[in-house]
Amino acid sequence: MIEAIFFYLFSAILVLSALMVITAKNPVHAVLFLILAFFNAAALFVMLGAEFIAMTLVIVYVGAVAVLFLFVVMMLDINFAALRKGMKKHLPVGGAVGLLLLGELLWIYKSWTPSMFAEQSAASPMPEGVTNTHALGQVLYTQYLYPFETAGLILLVAMIGAITLTLRRRGDVRRQNVSDQVARNPKDVIKVVKVASGAGVEL
Amino acid sequence: MLEQFLHIAAVAAFLKEYPFIATYVVPVAWIVVKILALILPLLIIMAYLTYAERKVLAAIQLRQGPMMVGPYGLLQAFADGIKLFSKETIIPSGADKTLFIIAPMITFALSLVAWAVIPVGGGLVLANINVGMLYLFAISSLGVYGIIVAGWASNSRYAFLGGLRSAAQMISYEVSMGFVIVAVMLATGSLNMTEIVTVHRPLWVTALLFPMFVIYVISALAETNRPPFDLPEGESELVGGYNVEYSAMTFALFFLGEYLNMILLSGVATILFLGGWLPPFGIHALAVVPGVLWFVLKVCFILFVFLWARGTLPRYRYDQLMRLGWKVFLPFTLVWVVIVAGALLYNHALPGQTLSGM
Repeated sequence: MIEAIFFYLFSAILVLSALMVITAKNPVHAVLFLILAFFNAAALFVMLGAEFIAMTLVIVYVGAVAVLFLFVVMMLDINFAALRKGMKKHLPVGGAVGLLLLGELLWIYKSWTPSMFAEQSAASPMPEGVTNTHALGQVLYTQYLYPFETAGLILLVAMIGAITLTLRRRGDVRRQNVSDQVARNPKDVIKVVKVASGAGVEL
Repeated sequence: MLEQFLHIAAVAAFLKEYPFIATYVVPVAWIVVKILALILPLLIIMAYLTYAERKVLAAIQLRQGPMMVGPYGLLQAFADGIKLFSKETIIPSGADKTLFIIAPMITFALSLVAWAVIPVGGGLVLANINVGMLYLFAISSLGVYGIIVAGWASNSRYAFLGGLRSAAQMISYEVSMGFVIVAVMLATGSLNMTEIVTVHRPLWVTALLFPMFVIYVISALAETNRPPFDLPEGESELVGGYNVEYSAMTFALFFLGEYLNMILLSGVATILFLGGWLPPFGIHALAVVPGVLWFVLKVCFILFVFLWARGTLPRYRYDQLMRLGWKVFLPFTLVWVVIVAGALLYNHALPGQTLSGM
């Protein structure tokens, strides 16, 4: 009974906050509702016994991705009135696209048959006596080692690509070079001059 | 303990009559009692941490520190608390009211929920879950929201700049902190906090992890926005940072959250590197002192390092802070994780290595 109560609680909050993501007027509120939705999805994963996936969901999506979302959205300069102005003009096209997508989804749902292996793989139970994390690790690093490493490499390439696209060397910036500063010898850069009173100094 | 209590005849007869109370009310009440038994001492430690901070800073600067309220100023923390309670909560007219109130609550609540998985003694833990370390990492990565939301909801440029700085700083240092945790996980082979403490760790592994300990403590300073990394609240340029618009209780919650986070990260460092509640240096004779006391003493030691750093080091410049996080700590921890893994593999000391016969 307790589990049922919590399941409905988390699912209700999840669905409601997902609705708020697309209806909230303020984009910052929308992102915060998105975070709430992620969090409740993680709670549902915990209830399913997939604690590793739950924690990873929170760490990766809530802790990193959503923070970047929030950064961008907070710094946007948005005029809310202007945003809502085009509602009437864009409604027919937007609505048509939305209905089309919904229709396609329904069509797929009707004509979809599960693969012959689906039932088999869904039925494979958790190995006895090991934790969730352990079992996942054993599968990822043995059976699926090459796909897993390939995925890592693809991400690395994407990261390097993003850096090379955005990195630019600016000539007009004076950068601090710590090792240069530390390597400076006081004898080379400081000169002690005795100044007679009333006389200038030649530098 | 609960089971023993339930065996008292009169209580048992009563509970048999009302099964609802026996199955739902009593366990929930017991959990609440356990939570209070953890949180109340924690809040008292937190109150005296503020006192200790002022006394340590005063000692470093050859001053007396608080000494007027109570003997040796011991009641100063409570006087400050009462003062904050009795002040007026001011909400700026341009602020996002809901978020403005929620932000300090997020900070405070997150710094408390993380304690659920911290074992303060042998078996003394609220939730002994398998992924305790991941849970802690998840909760600490949420901590940034309290600050960034506070900065945005205040509708003030100073607060917003402080919030952005803090968020960038916390994200940057979380990366190297993650690698530090990975190195410890490699040596212990478990994400469970109790097992991390109890798994036998040879001396050379401890020595190998020492640089990681140093990096962890420095990253913890940055994570909690403590000096020398307290740029988010840099008074000289940002007035007071993300909490500049806050007053009274809402401000107090930020304050409490910051200090509770300090205690939390010290507790995690104790568990990861200093052997938790076990007596130091593996001396069995010292086990006569209760484990909880050892845990508290070790936490106090790291907390002292926090205060010490505040008293002696000047504040970092923002670009220096980012350089340290991304260009020094990240490469170093990355390489060191590889070295730790290699050394463990070479010495057949990886957890589970001998079992599977690899």
